[in-house]
Amino acid sequence: MKHSTAQLPSANAATSMQLGPLTRLLVGDKGGQRFLMGLLALLIIFPTCNLLFAEGSALHVSTYTLTLVGKYLCYALLAIAVDLIWGYCGILSLGHGAFFALGGYAMGMYLMRQIGDRGVYGNAELPDFMVFLNWTELPWYWFGFDQFWFAALMILLVPGALAFLFGWLAFRSRVTGVYLSIMTQAMTYALMLAFFRNDMGFGGNNGLTDFKDILGFDLQDSSTRNGLFVCSAVALGLGYLLARWITQSKLGRVLVSVRDAENRTRFLGYRVEHYKLFVFVVSAMMAGVAGALYVPQVGIINPGEFSPINSIEMIIWVAVGGRGTLFGAALGAIAVNYAKTYFTGAFAELWLFMLGGLFVMTTLYLPKGMVGFVEQLKAGEGRSGRLYLWLLAQLRKRELKDAQPAADQGELK
Amino acid sequence: MRMVHGLLLWLIACSISQSVLAATDVEATVSQSSQAPSIMTLQSLIDTLPTASYDEKSILIRSIAEKSTDDSLAILTALLQGDLFYIKKTQQLVYRAPTEGKQYRAIAALTGEILGEYKNRKLKKVGINNKLRGELKNAIALVQLKSPDSRVRQHAVDALMGSLQPEYLPLIHQALLVEKDNQIREPLMVAKAVLDLSSKETELYRSAINTLHGSLYPAARIALIKFIEAPHHHSSSVLIDQAKQAIASIDQKVKLNNIAENVYFGIALGAVLLLAAIGLAITFGVMGVINMAHGEMIMLGAYTTFVVQQCMPNHLNYSLLVAIPAAFLVSGLVGVLIERSVIRHLYGRTLETLLATFGISLILQQAVRSIFGPLNQDVNTPDWMAGTFSVNPGLALTYNRLYIILFSLLLLAALALVLKKTLFGLQMRAVTLNRPMASSMGIKTGWVDALTFGLGSGIAGIAGVALSQLTNVGPNLGQAYIIDSFMVVVFGGVGNLWGTLVGAMSLGIANKVFEPLAGAVLAKIIVLVAIILFIQKRPRGLFALKGRAVEG
Repeated sequence: MKHSTAQLPSANAATSMQLGPLTRLLVGDKGGQRFLMGLLALLIIFPTCNLLFAEGSALHVSTYTLTLVGKYLCYALLAIAVDLIWGYCGILSLGHGAFFALGGYAMGMYLMRQIGDRGVYGNAELPDFMVFLNWTELPWYWFGFDQFWFAALMILLVPGALAFLFGWLAFRSRVTGVYLSIMTQAMTYALMLAFFRNDMGFGGNNGLTDFKDILGFDLQDSSTRNGLFVCSAVALGLGYLLARWITQSKLGRVLVSVRDAENRTRFLGYRVEHYKLFVFVVSAMMAGVAGALYVPQVGIINPGEFSPINSIEMIIWVAVGGRGTLFGAALGAIAVNYAKTYFTGAFAELWLFMLGGLFVMTTLYLPKGMVGFVEQLKAGEGRSGRLYLWLLAQLRKRELKDAQPAADQGELK
Repeated sequence: MRMVHGLLLWLIACSISQSVLAATDVEATVSQSSQAPSIMTLQSLIDTLPTASYDEKSILIRSIAEKSTDDSLAILTALLQGDLFYIKKTQQLVYRAPTEGKQYRAIAALTGEILGEYKNRKLKKVGINNKLRGELKNAIALVQLKSPDSRVRQHAVDALMGSLQPEYLPLIHQALLVEKDNQIREPLMVAKAVLDLSSKETELYRSAINTLHGSLYPAARIALIKFIEAPHHHSSSVLIDQAKQAIASIDQKVKLNNIAENVYFGIALGAVLLLAAIGLAITFGVMGVINMAHGEMIMLGAYTTFVVQQCMPNHLNYSLLVAIPAAFLVSGLVGVLIERSVIRHLYGRTLETLLATFGISLILQQAVRSIFGPLNQDVNTPDWMAGTFSVNPGLALTYNRLYIILFSLLLLAALALVLKKTLFGLQMRAVTLNRPMASSMGIKTGWVDALTFGLGSGIAGIAGVALSQLTNVGPNLGQAYIIDSFMVVVFGGVGNLWGTLVGAMSLGIANKVFEPLAGAVLAKIIVLVAIILFIQKRPRGLFALKGRAVEG
C-alpha cells in the first residue's frame, strides 16, 4: 500500500535555510498549522471562559467540559504517539495502552503519596489499600514517588524501558506485521492480569484513586483543572512538533521506507531495527506522558486501562482521523471520543454498534481516514471524488445561470 | 412396652456413661436380643422409634441395622430422607401417600397395611438430628455391605471409609469372608487395617501397617499418623519406623496423583484451547486472515446451545447432539456473511482485516447483549457428562473434561481429513498455495474463500458448544479466548494443524503445572511472557512452514 503521507516541505531548500526551526517544521504543513492554531485558540479561550465568566453566562465553560476536553487532548497526544509508529513506521502496536497506563500509574503513585495522612486510615507512609492489606512498609518500587521530579522521570523512563526491552527483543528477531501486533496485545494483556493482582502493590482491582492534590494544588479546584488543561494542550502541541520533527528529518524518511519496504531498506544498509526501536521508545514515552496528564484529570487509574480493547480503540482513532497524518490522528482521537461521550450518554446500547461500524466502514471506505477523504475529494479521485467534482460543477453552472440568465449558452458548453 | 422402655433406659445409661466404648453397647444389645428375641424383633424395635429420644434412637438405629434385612434398610433410608411418620394417636410408624383430598393415606411401615386417611397434623415426622443423620448413613452402609449387588457394596464401603467406628469391625470381618470382588476387598482390607491399628491388639499392628503401606484412602494416612503419635506403644520402635515408611509411600503416591491430576487438567485446558484455536488455524493459518471476531463465533455457538436447550427442554440429554450441527451452521453462516461483505474487500491488507473484524466482534457482542441481555445464561449439562471416573481412591477425573478432550481430538482429526481427502480440501489448499493458478484451473476462488472462512467459523461454533459445558455463557465469552487462541496458533506455527495441537496441549499443560506453584493469574502471565520470549527465538512458531509459503 502506498501512502501519500510523507509530505516534503514544499518550499525549496534555499528558503527554508533562512527560516527559524519552528517555521521550517511547519512550512507546507497546512493541516498542522491549522491544528496548532486551533490548539492555541483552545488554550486561550477555554481557561479564559472558565475563569472570567460567571456560571450561567452564555460564554461560561464549565469545569466539567474543561476537564473533558483536557481528557480528549491527552487522547490526542496518545493518538499522535500511535500514528508515529503505525503511520510512519508500519508498526501496528495493539498494546500502546500499556505505555499510557504505565505513565498513568507513575503519576498515580505520586498522587497517592501526596495524600499522606489524609487517607481513610490516616497512615502517613502507606496508601490506604496497603494498610487494608496489612502491609507494614512501602514496597521498594514505591520509594521516590513522593518527589515530583522522580515521578516525572519515571513517567518517561518506565514506558520507555518497557518499550526498549520489548522492541529490542522483537525487532532484533524480526517479528513483524501481525505477529508483532498479537505479541503487543499479549503484552498488555499480561500486564493487565498482573496489575489486577492485589499483591503487586498497585491497588489491584480498584487501582489508585482518591487523589487530593498535585504539587500542593488542590485537584478539585478549578484553577488546578485549568492548569492541567493548559499542560495537556502544551504537551499535545509539543508532542505534535516532536513527531513532526522526527518524521521530517532524514530519520523520518528512513522510517517511511521501512514502512513501505522493510527488506529493501535493510538491503540498502540501514539498521532497520535501530530505527524502529528508536521510534518505538519515543512513541511509548509520549504515550506515558499522555497517561500521566490523563490521570489527575479523571482522578483514577486502574488495570482496566491495560485491557486490549482500549489499545485497539486507539488504533481506530488514528484510522478514522487519517493514518500517516499527525494532525489527522489527533483530530480522529478527539472526534471519536466526542462521539463516544455523546453516544454512551444518549444511546448507551448503540455505542458498541457505532464503534464496530466505525471500524468496518473506516477500513472499507476510508483507508486514509477523514483527512485522506477530504484530500481525495479535493483531488477528485475515486467515486466520491468524482461525485464531489460533479456536484461542484453543477453548483457553479447554476450560479452562472443565475447571475447571467442571458449569457451565451455555447460558451458554457 | 414398659419392658422395652426399661431396657432402653438401661442402654441409654450405658451409652452416655461409656459412649467411647460403643462396641460394648452393641454387644449388650446383641446379647439382650438373643435373650429376649420376642421383644427385639424388627417390628418391636420400630414401634419404639416415635417416642424415643435422640440418644435412644441412636441405639435403635444400630439395632435395626443389626437385623440387616431389606425391611430394615427401607426403614433406615426412609428415616434418613424424612419419609417416616407416625400417627399421633396410636404412635404407629407409617409412610404417607398423598390422596386427592387434603388428607394423606397412612401405610404401616413394615406390613404395608393401609391404616386409613389422616390429616396432615395428625401425622408427625420422626425427627432426626445431624448426629443421627451421620449414624444413619453408616448404618445403611453396613446393611448394604451385605447386598448382593456389587455396586451397592462398593458404594457402601466408600461411605463407611469416611467415618470408621470400632464397632464395624465384626461386620467388616464378615464381609471380608464372603467378598470375592477385589475392588471391594481392597477398601475393606484397608478399613480393617485402620480399625486394627487403633485397637489394642498389638499383634495385629504389623500386618495392618503392611496393608496400609501406600494406600491412597485418606483414612489410611490419618490412622497411621494417629498410630505414630499415640503414646500407648513404647515396645516397638520398629513398628513406628514401618508406619513412617508407609506414610512416606502414601505421600509419594499422593504426589504422583497430584501430578497426574495437574496433567489431566492441563490436557483438558489444552483441549479447550485446541477447540478455540482450530477454527483460527484455518482462517488465520490457511487463509492468512486475522479474524478478531473468532471469539464471537465461539460465543455464537455457545448461545446456539442455549437456544437449542430452550427449544427442547424435555430432551436435555440429546440437546448437545442437536446443538453441534446447529452451532456449526449458525456460526458458519455468519462467517460466510462476514467474508462476503467485509473480508473479501480486504485481502492482502492484513492489518486492516484485523481492525475490521474487531469492529465486527464488537457489533456481534452488542447484538447478543441486546437480544439475550448482559447476564450469563444457564446452559445445562446432560447427565451422561456429569459425574467422575475414579482411577484410584485419591484420583477422580471428571467426565465432562474427558469428553471434551476426546471431542477436540475427534474434531481435529475430522478437519485434517476434510483438508486432505475431500475435493473441497484440495481446492482450499490449491487456493492457499497459488491463487491465480487455482483460478485458471477453474476453481471458483471467491467461493472457496467464503466456504473456507465459513468452515473455520463453523468449527469455532462447535467449540462454543463444548465450551458452554465448561464456562459461563455470556456476551464476553469470546473475548476470554481470543488472545489465548492467537497464542496457540502463533506458538504452534501458522498454517499447521499439527502445530496447533502441540501448541494447545503444551500451553494448557504449562498453565496447569505453573498454577499450583504460582497461582492461576501468575501462571497465565508466566506463560504469556514465555511465549513472547519464544517468538523472539522462533518468529514463525514451533512448526514453521518452509519454502515459498513463508513469504505470503
